[in-house]
Amino acid sequence: METRVLTMQLAYLLSAVLFILGLKRLSHPDTARGGNRLAAIGMLIAVVATLVGEQIMTWQWIVGGLLVGMVIGGFMARFVKMTAMPQMVGLFNGLGGLASGLVAAAEYLRYTHGKVIEGGVAVSDIPLDGSISIMLGTLIGAVTLSGSLVAFGKLQGIVTEKAVKYPGQQFLNAILFLGILAVMAYLTLMTPEAIAASNTGTVNIVYYSLWGAAILLGVLLVIPIGGADMPVVVSLLNSYSGLAASAAGFVLNNNVLIISGALVGASGLILTRIMCKAMNRSLANVIFGSFGETTGGGPVAKGEKRTMADVNDVQADDVAMLLAYAKQVVIVPGYGLAVAQAQHKLRELCDNLESRGVSVKYVVHPVAGRMPGHMNVLLAEANVPYNQLYEPEDVNPDITNVDACLVVGANDVVNPAARDDPASDLYGMPIIEVDRAKHCVVMKRSLNPGFAGVDNELFYGRNTMMLFGDAADSIGRILEEVKQL
Amino acid sequence: MSGTILISVYVFVLAMFVGFEVITKVPPTLHTPLMSGSNAISGISIVGALVIAGMGEGTMFDIIGLVAVIAATINVVGGFMVTDRMLQMFRRDTDTN
Repeated sequence: METRVLTMQLAYLLSAVLFILGLKRLSHPDTARGGNRLAAIGMLIAVVATLVGEQIMTWQWIVGGLLVGMVIGGFMARFVKMTAMPQMVGLFNGLGGLASGLVAAAEYLRYTHGKVIEGGVAVSDIPLDGSISIMLGTLIGAVTLSGSLVAFGKLQGIVTEKAVKYPGQQFLNAILFLGILAVMAYLTLMTPEAIAASNTGTVNIVYYSLWGAAILLGVLLVIPIGGADMPVVVSLLNSYSGLAASAAGFVLNNNVLIISGALVGASGLILTRIMCKAMNRSLANVIFGSFGETTGGGPVAKGEKRTMADVNDVQADDVAMLLAYAKQVVIVPGYGLAVAQAQHKLRELCDNLESRGVSVKYVVHPVAGRMPGHMNVLLAEANVPYNQLYEPEDVNPDITNVDACLVVGANDVVNPAARDDPASDLYGMPIIEVDRAKHCVVMKRSLNPGFAGVDNELFYGRNTMMLFGDAADSIGRILEEVKQL
Repeated sequence: MSGTILISVYVFVLAMFVGFEVITKVPPTLHTPLMSGSNAISGISIVGALVIAGMGEGTMFDIIGLVAVIAATINVVGGFMVTDRMLQMFRRDTDTN
């Protein structure tokens, strides 16, 4: 092996080691920041090794691409609002998938074009397993790209967050998937001679249509998934982006791509599993059967229509009184907190309460928000220390001693039906049992059901007070009232 | 099946196991940073993208390479930077701000 290539390979090995160490540290709070930096250094080493070790013929596209990418990526990372993190993670996932897919595409096109240039003589045969990798890389890359873009659109509010359903949906998806497999098999099994003999244009059109079909599949797989299930989808797409990189590694026969991709694939799967467990649902159930179909978004399952008259509607001063004189207060944040950008106001309120001797705990459900850890990021932005955040199982056993639960924009994760009503779509999902606390204040824009489209008995409970309005405004008003007490 | 691809499959399977073993338990605080940090790592396709952009085999490959380099670089640079920005915010209440 040439020294240059050997050095490059050893540098790749070093990168892979740094990625493993980086990921290990990323999963512990004290070392996470250092871990992220280690991984970044590993990436830098891989890039430099490639530029030095590979025979680069033209530099303008590399330099241009790197500069443009650094400016855009750096700008986005620096200025994105923390509330917009889910869609940005989604977008980055998609770009990773695109890059991996394009690597596969370039290899395929180089192959088919090479045939024409050489006048039908097979010079650089891609062996069978090489083209399987290309097909898989194309499929996973394209599905990751379009799936992530739809997820981005949903999170950004460009595409409806509701689950888009139509008759025969799963049948149609299955047909599309089988079609894709058939095209993949066809292209894989084409011998070099057959490709050489056929018109390159035709073969390439078949390959492009594979891209089209895979992009369509990604769209169709994500549109039926509702807002409440987004954390699962975002982490699953995260896993896909890793697998796409691995597939590109198989195409290029490059171990650092295979290893890094597999690591990301594994970490995405771990997160996906955590999310599914937090909803007590299987992955298949999230992907193929979303919430809200059977109940149609209303309390139909219960057979009675609830109205505003059944609700204990309160004002900010009532809530202020309750909170200021409580001993223990539990805060349950949800997606509504992100929408209202109320995290800073909430922190101010909690600080004030603590200065009065009230014990305040933030309880975060693993699937609250639109991505894994969404609420943790928001509260960290508002400077809430992470060891003040608790998990549902930490507080549920003693929740009857809690004087007041303040539910800020959360809905499904506090729905008692998940515990009590076997007919509910949510049944079996572990919840934060705010209905068992002495008092519960729910801050909400209106009585609309949650993203799961399921009505919430909590809103009509005896211990429940509803405070309607924008969460940031409401918290601001409570804070003013508390200050005057 | 050629020997090279078999070795690649070995590497892939073993690396998946390493991933599962190394990460195992993730506290909820780190769910998002782990996701965005690992997402940046998946931008390793930048290595392949650079090769395509630099091989000088004609306009079509230049364009594919350029787009791939831009996409992968946004993924890598944006991913690591935003993860760092997030982790910078995370603190215990014993820390002074």
